[in-house]
Amino acid sequence: MTEVIAHVADRTAPAPLEHEAGRTRPPVLRRVVGMAVRIVAALVFGLPLLFMVISSFKPDTQIFADLGGIQAFLPVGALSLDNYTGVFERVPFATFLFNSILISVLTVGLGIIVNSMAAFALARLRFRGQKLALGIILATLIVPFEVMALPLLWEVNLLPNVDSLGFYQGWLDTYQVQIVPFIANAFSIFLFYQYFDSIPKELDEAATVDGAGWFRIYRSIVMPLAGPAVATVAILMFLPAWNQYLWPLMVTQSEAVRPVMVGIDYFKQLNVSWGQIMAYASIITVPILILFIAFQRSFVNSIASSGVKG
Amino acid sequence: MWTHNAGNEAELAAIEAIVDAFNESQEEYTVKVQAFPQDSYNQSVVAAASSKSLPCILDIDGPNVPNWAWAGYLAPLEGIEDLVADYLPSTVGTYEDQIYSYGYYDVALTMVSRESYLNDNGIRIPTVEQPWTVDEFNAALETLKATGQFEYPADFATSFTGEWWPYAYSPLLQSFGGDLINRDDYRSADGVLNGPEAIEWATWFRSLVTNGYIPLKSGADPAADFINGKSAILYNGTWTATATRDAFDDVVFLPSIDAGNGPKIGGGSWQWGMSATCEDQEGALAYLKFAAADEWVAKVAGDTQNIPTTESAAAEVEGYGPDGENNIFRTYSEEFALVRPPTPGYPFIATTFQTAAQDILNGADPQQTLDQAVADIDANQESNNYFE
Repeated sequence: MTEVIAHVADRTAPAPLEHEAGRTRPPVLRRVVGMAVRIVAALVFGLPLLFMVISSFKPDTQIFADLGGIQAFLPVGALSLDNYTGVFERVPFATFLFNSILISVLTVGLGIIVNSMAAFALARLRFRGQKLALGIILATLIVPFEVMALPLLWEVNLLPNVDSLGFYQGWLDTYQVQIVPFIANAFSIFLFYQYFDSIPKELDEAATVDGAGWFRIYRSIVMPLAGPAVATVAILMFLPAWNQYLWPLMVTQSEAVRPVMVGIDYFKQLNVSWGQIMAYASIITVPILILFIAFQRSFVNSIASSGVKG
Repeated sequence: MWTHNAGNEAELAAIEAIVDAFNESQEEYTVKVQAFPQDSYNQSVVAAASSKSLPCILDIDGPNVPNWAWAGYLAPLEGIEDLVADYLPSTVGTYEDQIYSYGYYDVALTMVSRESYLNDNGIRIPTVEQPWTVDEFNAALETLKATGQFEYPADFATSFTGEWWPYAYSPLLQSFGGDLINRDDYRSADGVLNGPEAIEWATWFRSLVTNGYIPLKSGADPAADFINGKSAILYNGTWTATATRDAFDDVVFLPSIDAGNGPKIGGGSWQWGMSATCEDQEGALAYLKFAAADEWVAKVAGDTQNIPTTESAAAEVEGYGPDGENNIFRTYSEEFALVRPPTPGYPFIATTFQTAAQDILNGADPQQTLDQAVADIDANQESNNYFE
């Protein structure tokens, strides 16, 4: 820490000259405190992830032996890939991963189309009850999913289905039961609505004069301008789709359609395999983290420009 | 068929072996296994039951059998009585005098320690015939604490959640003379959960914390802490045997304490039953009868290192023969096991007891806390018309 402070102090030496030149820089102490706060925050959020990854290479007993000290975050002791081997032996990981990717991608893709269309209708078209419809959609935001889970289960269990053997009733244990209920999303509609509402209406009028219909205006004018909103909705729909846990527990019965998050329960037997849990958690978390870090700037920009702020 | 064994390779493979043998033994029925992870299995079953999509055959955690039978999830297993006559009573699930399930094995609670810890400190090693009394146990903990080797000489796995609390701690209450509900008619907990014996249990239970004998909240894996030398006595289940034996050559598995009414341990593990909505109950019953044979009891119990439910199967399982190192666990089950109250109200009783026990351990007034627990349990019993 001393080195960090000294380093920061060295860099701030010419500050008075810059200040005299009219450029404002915060005082040294304030910058040091700011940096220290950021480092502490980075440690608070980063250390659990580091612990997860490091522990995934340690045997269970060592994980607990190391808990009392800094060793918990260091790659020391009997490191091995045994936990990773165990994960792949215990869980059909490739199937789960494929399922999660398929479910998440289809939910996001279809969600962007459906929600943007709904928002377009609410923001650009004029019809009776428009505001009421928007109000009702927004009101659904306050209903937690857990409240709707059981009625939704009954509903999907009554829907018609078809497979190689013919028609039957019920969507349980299918991909569509994990996708379709989550395509329409009130928050996504609201985000698109907000964004579409800020696009000048004159564009619609000009397009109408040129003979364009509503679908053409939606497809060729509004959507190409809504890149940041699309990116934001994609992110905000992808994360819950990837992290789905309760719903797949209720509706999946075979491993063929089960997503990755449910897989973590495979390691919670009477003797919990902590090392394997850490390995599994690393495998399913780190790729998403890398993806986020790689596209961090785009994510932040899109969220900032679409008006979603924490 | 649904099982809770996803991720539990040994048990799943054993169950699949039985299913394969059944499918090959006849051509009329085919059983197909679908495995769910244990941690979320009950949620999956309840969700399926509410949408009437339960499978024909499913496994059930023992204490849930009466509730699931009462709720109409399960059908009685007609004609299975003779096949399970030799089973440990704790492995047969009954409700209103009918058999609804059976299990291949049981597990037992035990005090895991090391001979060296006890001998070096002059602590008597308890036996089935002469278990530790409460005073002896307290004295042993005081002695171990005085060595300075352990911050907390015992670990009662208080970090575990859910069913562990009634499974592990209600037997201690029962050893003191209390219980979760009056077993004469299963209508009220008054007098048994808040009587003088229960208060004595609660006061002692809290004293384990205030005396510094056990941590208020254990680590996430108490067995790993025991192996790492953080505790001298681990109150846990027989599933810790393999890991602790691998770690120490002088590990001992001691009987639970006798608080006046003999040592008590929880009984009943996973069992197999048939759903009430099964469209082919004859086929399901054919499988369940086929699978109840000793051969399969030995297969499942042996592969999972659990206590075989029949004596003849035990003789076939390594470690459970007359001189086997695991035979002591079967003795504990035979001698001390008490099933959790076989009433449909059990799930509510279990969560109420867990809340009360946690409050007591945290320092709540025992009488007040247990009176409230009794009031809650009795209200639930009454509002469900005593599940009649």
